[in-house]
Amino acid sequence: MKKLMKHRELLLVGIIAIMVAGFATRAPGFATPGNLANIFNDTSILIILALGQMTVILTKSIDLSVAANLAFTGMAVAMMDAAYPGMPLALLVILAIGIGAALGAINGMLVWWLRIPPIVVTLGTLTIYRGMAFVLSGGAWVNSHQMTPGFLNFPRLAVLGMPLLSWMAIAIVLMMWVVLTRTQFGRATYASGGNPTAAVYAGIDIGRTRFFAFTLSGALAGLAGYLWVSRYAVAYVDVAAGFELDTVAACVIGGISIAGGIGTVAGAVLGALFLGVIKNALPVIGISSFAQMAISGIVIVAAVVFNARAERKAGRIILRDRGAKEVSA
Amino acid sequence: MEMAPIQDSRSADRTTILEMRGISQIFPGVKALDGVNISLHPGEVTALIGENGAGKSTLVKILTGIYVPSEGEILIDGQPVSFSSAQDAVDAGVTAIHQETVLFDELSVAENIFLGHAPRTRFGLIDWKVMNARAAELLHALESEIDPTIRLKDLSIAQRHLVAIARALSVEARIVIMDEPTAALSRKEIDDLFRIVEGLKKQGKAILFISHKFDEVYEIAENFAVFRDGRAVGHGRLSETPQDTIVRMMVGRDVSNIFPKVEVAIGKTVLSVENYCHPTEYRDISFDLKRGEILGVYGLVGAGRSEICQSLFGVTRPSSGQLVLEGETISIRSPRDAIAAGIVYVPEERGRHGLALPMPIFQNMSLPSLARTSRSGFLKAANELALARKYAERLDLRAAALSVPVGTLSGGNQQKVVIGKWLATLPKVIILDEPTKGIDIGSKAAVHGFISELAAEGLSIIMVSSELPEILGVSDRVLVMREGLSAGIFDRSQLSAETLVRAATGNA
Repeated sequence: MKKLMKHRELLLVGIIAIMVAGFATRAPGFATPGNLANIFNDTSILIILALGQMTVILTKSIDLSVAANLAFTGMAVAMMDAAYPGMPLALLVILAIGIGAALGAINGMLVWWLRIPPIVVTLGTLTIYRGMAFVLSGGAWVNSHQMTPGFLNFPRLAVLGMPLLSWMAIAIVLMMWVVLTRTQFGRATYASGGNPTAAVYAGIDIGRTRFFAFTLSGALAGLAGYLWVSRYAVAYVDVAAGFELDTVAACVIGGISIAGGIGTVAGAVLGALFLGVIKNALPVIGISSFAQMAISGIVIVAAVVFNARAERKAGRIILRDRGAKEVSA
Repeated sequence: MEMAPIQDSRSADRTTILEMRGISQIFPGVKALDGVNISLHPGEVTALIGENGAGKSTLVKILTGIYVPSEGEILIDGQPVSFSSAQDAVDAGVTAIHQETVLFDELSVAENIFLGHAPRTRFGLIDWKVMNARAAELLHALESEIDPTIRLKDLSIAQRHLVAIARALSVEARIVIMDEPTAALSRKEIDDLFRIVEGLKKQGKAILFISHKFDEVYEIAENFAVFRDGRAVGHGRLSETPQDTIVRMMVGRDVSNIFPKVEVAIGKTVLSVENYCHPTEYRDISFDLKRGEILGVYGLVGAGRSEICQSLFGVTRPSSGQLVLEGETISIRSPRDAIAAGIVYVPEERGRHGLALPMPIFQNMSLPSLARTSRSGFLKAANELALARKYAERLDLRAAALSVPVGTLSGGNQQKVVIGKWLATLPKVIILDEPTKGIDIGSKAAVHGFISELAAEGLSIIMVSSELPEILGVSDRVLVMREGLSAGIFDRSQLSAETLVRAATGNA
């Protein structure tokens, strides 16, 4: 499977390269390093969210509340910045991560203690968190002139030729790679999704593992909340509406099994980049945003079909194979 | 082929509805059925008797069209038939009432009975009036007045069972298979069921009745067939056959030659289980386990053997009782506690309980030992690989590399990964649940040798098994369980197949 995964990730890299080259023939300048760096910067928030989503999906769960969490947290820190311009930025960032983690922990507790299916829990909290963003703001916008320059400029600061936003995404990618491949928690996420019963028998507390996965996903969503409102210099209730589906799509395209237990950090990152390239390229070559949605949808379905086939080949189902053979014989 | 000495004197002048000739069913590495013959007669009940794993369920699956036999032929009214699907079997007039009835809680009684073959109106829609009326008729014939329109979930277990029987009889069937139909029923419900069976006999149906319980078999059946290790080892008329003869057929083989028992010095008591109780599964179970000892746990399926082991391992919790490990009273609330205390459990269903198939071999092996292989909170792949390599070598695991997913291995090698994974935790007590289930005879001996080796190294072993020769050959002592209760603990000197089967089936 590892070989197949590597193969698969190379395949994704190849597809993305071909796409970039193809778009470059229609839109000169598309493949320049500067534009590619822009695309990466544009995709940074999606990458961060997709890695949180991936951790949750690995445990056989799903977090549909990430975008709502992002909207609430973004609104909260933007309002704080507007109300108390003297607050240090570091504190605001830590608050964003903390609020996000708290919202994620609520999902996690509902899943762990009340044993409600994750899709139901996060479908509920998706609406609740958005609603909270509305209650908090009274439906009002926080515009760029209300926020402090430090708050707004931080993600744009160029370090070694790249904006800090990109560097943060790279740092999170590295951190998540360490967490998922080098810690017991990471191994527990794979085991909980790969075979929940076997994980329990091996002494792993699945509920706790899921709780931490949701909390981590929430923390990353909180961080993304700050990054989003400062990057786009505006906070309103409907920020990032529907973005949770993009995070799931990035995971699916990147080969993370929706049934849990299978997937790599590289896959999730490439899945996000794949979507990022399409989103950036289609307007450039003059395709409408509705067609974009349809194209994204087709790509997701194709990725699911591809995944399902790859997994079937890998997991041997001895009995079924034999049954089929005998019946045809 | 060895056959019982009983002659079936009357078979010549009886008509035969169904005959199976030379049926074999070969699975990779296992011959589940080996040249079996059996015939069923109208208006008669034939009891199919055998230990777990003797091939009874395989036979039922062949008769109901789920498996296609590797060899042999099935004749109905003397005409050869072949079933390639469950529907073919139904069309040929074979119907089955299964041990665990597959019904739908949210559908009405009538819908459950006619699911898949509901009467239609001329527009092709379901004809509810006719369906409900016919369901009521069928239930009435079973002396039950259950309202066909109520939902199944509002019925008692016994009533559901009636619905399952009505479902089986809703198709035109001449051959009725009853696979341990009494397992979940009380004595009164069994009496009701037997009245129904008598009714079916009068209608001239041929019935194949599978049961572990001798009293029931003698009460309801005319004929018997005994299976052992996938072979038919005897058949005849029950009226002419004493129970002892049948017990001997079930177990009859020279046990001591199969698995040479290695003598191991048995040490002090390691684990004491005192008055373990569970609200539904078992009651008042007590036993001691000594160092180097192999305690066999024997009983029929559903006797509570696996359940008590799962409680010892913390998967379920006992409602009362004490556990003493090396002189200290301990309480185990989760598998994590059990592993930390040195008690591990190798489950029966390796795929479902044992392994995360998409994960590499070495990660599966190290999963319960991660605290030991990690350094300051970070996983050390090198340590994990070293651990995995050690047990892979010891167990002679055949794999291309330790980094390949466990799902790519054969069943036998997967079993080795499971065992290696638990040995790697350095346990004091290891619980093996059906360690050789689904393994061919040759590999079984290797597994038994390995179990003895572990005992010789000072591990204490609890081995749950449904296979008598295995229990008799490997155990130092045997705990027999029946219906959740202890039916006795037998020392090696007292061990005999007959004693254990009697204790397990409740026949004095």
